[in-house]
Amino acid sequence: MTVYSPSQLEDALNILRDPGFVVIAGGTDYFPSLKMGGSQDNILNVMKLPEMNTITFEEGGFRIGGAVSWTQIIKSDLPAAFDALKAAGQEVGSIQIQNAGTIAGNLCNASPAADGVPPLLALEAEIELQSAKRGKRQIPLVKFLNGIRNTDRQKDELVTSIFVPHPPKGMKSVFTKLGSRSYLVISICMTAISILLNGSGRIIDIRIAVGACSPVAQRLKTLEREMIGCRPNEVAICERHLLSLTPISDVRGSAVFRQEAVAEQIVRSLSRAVL
Amino acid sequence: MNKKLSQSQLIFRLNGETVNIPAPNGRRLSEILRKELSAQDVKIGCNAGDCGACTVLVDGQPVCACLMVAEQAEERDVQTLTGLHRDDPITRNLSESFLNHGSAQCGICTPGMIVSATALLRKNDAPSEDEVKDALGGVLCRCTGYRKIIDAVMNAPAIAEHCNGDVGESVRHLDGRAKVSGELRFGDDVASKESLEILILRSPYHHAKFKFGNLEKYCQDHGLEVTLTAADIPGKNAFGVIPGFIDQPVFAENMVRFKGEAVAAIVGLASILSDLDLSKIPITWEVQSSHHSSSEAEKDGALQLHAGHKNNVMCRGFVSRGTAHAALKKADVVVSGNFTTGIVEHAYIEPEAGFAEVKNGRLEIHACTQAPVMDLESLESILAMHRSKIRIVPTAVGGGFGSKLDLSVQPFLALAALKTHKPVRLCYSREESMQSSTKRHPSNIKVTIGADRSGKICGFLFDGAFDTGAYASWGPTVANRVPVHASGPYNVNDYQASSRGIYTNNPPSGAFRGFGVPQSAIAQESMLDELADKLGLDPLAFRLKNALENGVETVCGQVFEKGVGIKACLKALQPAWIEERQKATEANKSSAVLKYGVGIGVGWYGCGNTSLPNPSTIKAGIFPDGGIRLHQGAMDIGQGSNTVISQIFARALGIPVSDIQLIGPDTDITPDAGKTSASRQTFVSGNAARLAGERLRRQITERLNVSEDAEFSFNGPELTVADRAGKHKLNLQNLPKNGEGFVFFAEETYDPPTKPLDKNGQGHPYAQFGYAAHLAVVVVDTKLGTVKPTKFVAAHDVGKAINPMLVEGQVHGGIAQGLGMALMEEYIAGRTENLHDYLIPTIGDVPNIKTLIVEEEDAHGPYGAKGLGEHVLIPTAPAILNAFKHATGSRLYEIPATPSRVMAALKQRMT
Repeated sequence: MTVYSPSQLEDALNILRDPGFVVIAGGTDYFPSLKMGGSQDNILNVMKLPEMNTITFEEGGFRIGGAVSWTQIIKSDLPAAFDALKAAGQEVGSIQIQNAGTIAGNLCNASPAADGVPPLLALEAEIELQSAKRGKRQIPLVKFLNGIRNTDRQKDELVTSIFVPHPPKGMKSVFTKLGSRSYLVISICMTAISILLNGSGRIIDIRIAVGACSPVAQRLKTLEREMIGCRPNEVAICERHLLSLTPISDVRGSAVFRQEAVAEQIVRSLSRAVL
Repeated sequence: MNKKLSQSQLIFRLNGETVNIPAPNGRRLSEILRKELSAQDVKIGCNAGDCGACTVLVDGQPVCACLMVAEQAEERDVQTLTGLHRDDPITRNLSESFLNHGSAQCGICTPGMIVSATALLRKNDAPSEDEVKDALGGVLCRCTGYRKIIDAVMNAPAIAEHCNGDVGESVRHLDGRAKVSGELRFGDDVASKESLEILILRSPYHHAKFKFGNLEKYCQDHGLEVTLTAADIPGKNAFGVIPGFIDQPVFAENMVRFKGEAVAAIVGLASILSDLDLSKIPITWEVQSSHHSSSEAEKDGALQLHAGHKNNVMCRGFVSRGTAHAALKKADVVVSGNFTTGIVEHAYIEPEAGFAEVKNGRLEIHACTQAPVMDLESLESILAMHRSKIRIVPTAVGGGFGSKLDLSVQPFLALAALKTHKPVRLCYSREESMQSSTKRHPSNIKVTIGADRSGKICGFLFDGAFDTGAYASWGPTVANRVPVHASGPYNVNDYQASSRGIYTNNPPSGAFRGFGVPQSAIAQESMLDELADKLGLDPLAFRLKNALENGVETVCGQVFEKGVGIKACLKALQPAWIEERQKATEANKSSAVLKYGVGIGVGWYGCGNTSLPNPSTIKAGIFPDGGIRLHQGAMDIGQGSNTVISQIFARALGIPVSDIQLIGPDTDITPDAGKTSASRQTFVSGNAARLAGERLRRQITERLNVSEDAEFSFNGPELTVADRAGKHKLNLQNLPKNGEGFVFFAEETYDPPTKPLDKNGQGHPYAQFGYAAHLAVVVVDTKLGTVKPTKFVAAHDVGKAINPMLVEGQVHGGIAQGLGMALMEEYIAGRTENLHDYLIPTIGDVPNIKTLIVEEEDAHGPYGAKGLGEHVLIPTAPAILNAFKHATGSRLYEIPATPSRVMAALKQRMT
C-alpha cells in the first residue's frame, strides 16, 4: 500500500483514474472502518492540495474546500447563517477529531448521524466534484447523499469543495444535537434551522433539517411551507410534519422516542433561533 | 503512475528532532511512533478516536495519532508527552500540578490529558472550567472522575502537602512522577522489538459448535510460526477463580458459549498477521440458539449450558434472619419493586496486554494484572508446570476495576512463548477486550420492604437473579456477597435475601467494583425512598431512624462494637440535604420542562473475602547502607496502594516515606499481598505493612535498648536513634547480613478475622465494613429525557483517611462510574463493542463533587483505616435515581436511564 500526497489537483485527479485508491483527508473515519486484514487500496492524501484547504468568497456564495477541517470552519468569520454549521462542527467528536476531520470527509462518509449534514442542508449547499475524465460538476447536497454510506461520488471523483449560495441577508441559524453524554457522542437526533424573519417577526424563509432520524438527513418541507408567514411560535408540530422521517430503534434510542424528541428539538431550536 | 508523488522515506520532526524512516505505507502514526520510534508514551486505548489516549500535537494542534496516516506527518512537527515534558515549561508546570492534585491515578490517560491540556494552556493560561472541558472532552478517563484533572489544568491550589507522608497526610502519589512524564510502562509497552505477535481467533457467534480444517496447513501457507488450540495445552484447559467453579477453557473445545470466546491463536510476525484475511481461516461453525437473559435461561426446558447446572443455575446465596414474611404481614406499610440492570463494561482505557519470554529455562510473563500470584497459580495448572518455573512481573496497569483479576492474555502468551521458544507479545484490540473480558452482572431484582407507622423497618425480602454469562468467573462471589449486603447498613430484624447466578450466552460476568452490591443497592435504596414517601417521612430522617449502630446486629448476626459509621455519614449530609432540597423545590416552582431533584443513596461494603482466608504478606528490610526497602506486593492499579501502604509502613517504622525504596509485585522477589479486589489492600496489606514496620522498629529498639517511641534518623550507614535517655548511633555496616543482604529484616502476614456463615448466612463475613452516603442533585429535561447530575456531596466513613487526597480521588472516580452505570452504560454483545457505542462519562458529564471524610475508627484496620475502592460507587446510582423521583415523581426501575427510557417512564406516569 502506497500513500500519494500530491500538491496539484491535476495529479490527484489523475491518480484517481486508477480504481485501487481510497481518498483520505483527515482520516478520522478511515481507520475505524478498516476491517481486520487491512485495505489493499493505495491511499490518496488530499491534505496537500491548496485549493481544497481554503474557504473563499466568490460570486454567488462561499466555497469551502473539501479538506477544510472542522476547526477551520469553527474559527472562520463566516456570516450568522453559518452559525449552525459552526455549532455542528463543535459537536463533531472532540477537539482532536475537529482538528483532523474535514467537511468533505464528513459528507463522503455518509453516516445518517453525520453532524455536518443538517446545517449544510439548511444552507442549501452544493457539492463540487471533479474527475480527470469528466471534469467538474456541482450537485445539490440532497442529490449527493443517496443512503447510508452511499453517495453519488464516482470512484474517480474527488469532492473538491462545498459551495454555499449566499444566504439571504439577516438569516440566522441554530443547531441542536441530542446525545446520551457530553462530547464524543453520536446523535440520537439533531436539528438545524436556518430562518429569516421580516420586520414584524414573521417567517419569510425557513429551512429545517433533521438528522439521525432517517438513512439520510432531510429537510421537513411540509413544515417549512406551513411556517412561511407565521411567527416562529405559532405552528404546532404534529405528526404530518414528520411523516417523511423513518427513525430506527437502536442502542441510542427507540424510534418512538426519536420522533418525539426531534419534534421538541425543532420547537426549541425555533425559539433559540429568534432570540 | 507518477511515482514521485509518493515518497520512499518519511521525514518529520518528533519532539524537536528530525526523523527519517522508510515510508510507513499508510500505517497509523500511533503505530509508527510506538513501534518504530520507541515513543511508548503515546498510549493506545481504542484505535478509533474514541478515547484520546494517543493524543499528540501536530504543528501544535492535538490530534489522535491512531487516526492519522503516518505519511500525513510529513514535514510536520509532532510532539508527544515525553518531548513536551522535557522542553515545554507549560507542560512541566502542568505535570507538577497533576501531582499536586493526584490527577493521575492509573496513568494510562495521562499522556493524552496533559498533551491536550498543553495545547489549551499555550493559548489560554487561565482557562475557565468550560474551556478545560472543551479542550479535554476528547480524552476518556475511567479512574479519576475528571474533577482533579480539571483542578490541575486550572492550577487550583495544591492539595498535596509538603510532608513526610505520615498517616493522615496528603502526600503526592509516590509513583506519580513516571505517570506525568510519560515514562511509565504498561502492558503493551514492555515487549522486546523482535517479539512475535499473537492473534486470537474468536467466535463470531454467541453459541456454536465448531470444527477446524487444516490449521497447520494454513499456518504454513501463510508463513506463520505456530498455531495454538486446546490440543496445545499441557495441563488443564480451564481457568477460573473460585474453587469448584473453574469452568472457562483457555481455548474452547468443540463448542463456544459466548461471542468473542477464544478457539485458537496464531503466532507470527506482525507484518504477516496484520495482512491476514481471517475469513479464510479453516473453521466451520454450527450455530446454536442462545440465551441472553437470566429469565430465559432459567426457564424449565431451556438449553443447558453446563452439565450439572439444571435451569442454568450456577449457584445460590442466602441470608435469613428472624421471620421476614410474618413481619411483612404485620407491617403498616409495604412497598415492592422489580428492578433490572444491564451489563456494564469495565472500560479501562488500557486493553489487556503483555509480553512473555522463556529466560534461562523459566517462563516470564510481563502483563497488566490485579492478581499476580493468582495468575501464577492458574498458569501452573494450565501449563502443568511447577511454579518455580514461572515468574509473573506485572507491568503498570491502565485500569482494572475487577476485570484484570481474571486471566486474559497470560495463558496465550505462555503457550506461545513455550511453543515458539521466542519472545511474544499480545495486546487485545478494543473490540476483543470488550468481547472477551468480564462484565458487571446484569440483574433482575425484586425487593419488598415493610415498615410500621413510626417508620421502623418491619420485614425485608430480597430476591435477585444475576446473569453470570457463559462462565462462572466471580459469579459465586456475587451470589454470596449480595444477600449479606442487600439490607443496606440498616437495622433489619426480619430479613430474607436469596440470590442466584445464572449461566447465559452473554460474556462472563465477573468482578466489577462492588461485586453485585451496586445493583442490589439500587433496588433497596429506591424502595426505601418509596417507603419514606408512603410514610410521609423525610428520606434522610427515615434512614437515620433505621441506620445500623455500634453494638447492633447486622443481618448476618454480626455485631461491631465500634466503627459503624453510617449515621455519621448521614448526619454529615444533613446541611447539604436541607439546602439542596429547598433550592430544588424553589426552582421547580418556575420551571415546567426542566425539573430539579435531590436524592440520597446509602451503601456499605465488607472489606476482604467473604468468610474466607484472605492473607497478605509484606516484606521489608534495611541494608547496611541505610537503604530501607519495602517489597509492596499489593497491585497498584491506580487506586494508590503504592502510596498508602508505604505511608502505613513509614508510620509503623517511624521514618518519612521519602526514605523508602519501593519494590513492586514480582513473584520472584516480592511476597504475595493477595489480589487487588474486595477493597482489601489498605485494610489487609496495609495491616501486613504495619506489622512489618513495627517488627523492624522493635528489632532496632531492642538492639539498642531504647524506648519504643524512640525517633529514628537514617543517614547513610549511620542510624541515629533518640529517646529521652539521649542519642544512640548504630553503624549498620557492622551488623551481620542475611541472605538478601539485609541487616534488619521483617516479613509479616495479616489475615482478617472472619467466621464462616451458616446455612442461614449467619456468622462473621467480614472483619470490617466501610460506610457511605451520597447526595445527588439532578436536573431532568422532561421533554427530551436527559438527566444531568449537577452536584454530588459524598460522605464516606473510611475509619482513618491514610491519604485524604487519594480518598477524594477514589470517591470522584467511583461516582463517575456510578453515574455511568445509572445513566448511559449498557453493553450488548455484538452491538456495543467499542467506545463510541458503549458510552462512559466524559469530562463534561461529571459535576462538582464535595467529599466529606468521616472517620469512625475501625477495630482492625491499620490506624483505624477501612477499605474504600468499591464503596464509592454503591450509593451513586441510587442517589441519582432517587433524585430523579424527587424531580419528576416517577420511579425508574430499569437502568441505564437513557433518554429513551426516561421518556417512557415519564409517559407511563402521565397515562
